[in-house]
Amino acid sequence: MLQLSCPWCGPRDETEYHYGGQAHVPYPEDPSALTDEEWAEYLFFRDNTKGPFAERWAHSAGCRRWFNVVRDTRTYQVLAVYTNSDPRPAVRFGAEAGGPR
Amino acid sequence: MDDLTLQRRSPLSDLAERIRAGAVTGDRQVRLTELPFLTMISVRVDPGSPAAAAVEGALGAHLPRSCGQVTADGPHHVLWLGPDEWLVVSETAPSDLHGALTDAVGDAHAAVVDVSANRTLLELSGPSARCVLEKGCPVDLHPRAFEDGRAVMTTLARIPLLLWQTGPDTYRLLPRSSFAQYVACWLLDAMQEFGSDFLDGAAS
Ligand SMILES: [Zn+2]
Repeated sequence: MLQLSCPWCGPRDETEYHYGGQAHVPYPEDPSALTDEEWAEYLFFRDNTKGPFAERWAHSAGCRRWFNVVRDTRTYQVLAVYTNSDPRPAVRFGAEAGGPR
Repeated sequence: MDDLTLQRRSPLSDLAERIRAGAVTGDRQVRLTELPFLTMISVRVDPGSPAAAAVEGALGAHLPRSCGQVTADGPHHVLWLGPDEWLVVSETAPSDLHGALTDAVGDAHAAVVDVSANRTLLELSGPSARCVLEKGCPVDLHPRAFEDGRAVMTTLARIPLLLWQTGPDTYRLLPRSSFAQYVACWLLDAMQEFGSDFLDGAAS
């Protein structure tokens, strides 16, 4: 089981959270100006990263807040946890050691 | 208007007899009780705002600022639910408390909602209470990590609830009303083993 550390509640089991997919996918400035292909790209296409991946999580059974996690998709190691108002942390690709679990 | 409180039924009224009969006595005692119809008011407000200060004035208690904290004054307890969200659990009549808090926030950007019917309150007490909860709660309830006076939103037996420790061996559980019967039945089942004698080790 994954253990994530909510920025507000501290470490809790994965079962208290909901996964929200890739982080930092901005809503288009002017959706009506997009072609169908661009709109489909925004709605359905996500990266399939092997390595550190920034993703959204909601502490749905706790404080009900959304936040971001950088997780290594190969090892499931959690490399960073940050709120939506925090700057995106610089996480080195292939970072193996250290960092919060 | 007729007094509607005379007609209300708690979500666990059908289980009242089973809950009473489920009490475990002896060395490893543990008992379950429902404390129905407490007043619960949901408060959402920016913690640094004048409206938050007005709420604190009306309650006579601070809005706790971090996870797990509970503050209290007289009949009111204030439980932290999130960085801008609290639950006031009180013995004051819902309309009085709701009115006082609504007046306090005025036109500010805040929400004060009477959610008294949203949850019921179960109290689990006795030396075995922690052992019972540990069968289905992912939060570490050992005294090194959790203590009297703390309350957290978590899950028990996979359903979300508020877990609030109010004594060395006493926990209050606040599930949503629609989950209350399930939680009570799950607890009664989990309590059962503590009523039986230890098996003689030589027999195994
Ligand atoms: Zn949280």
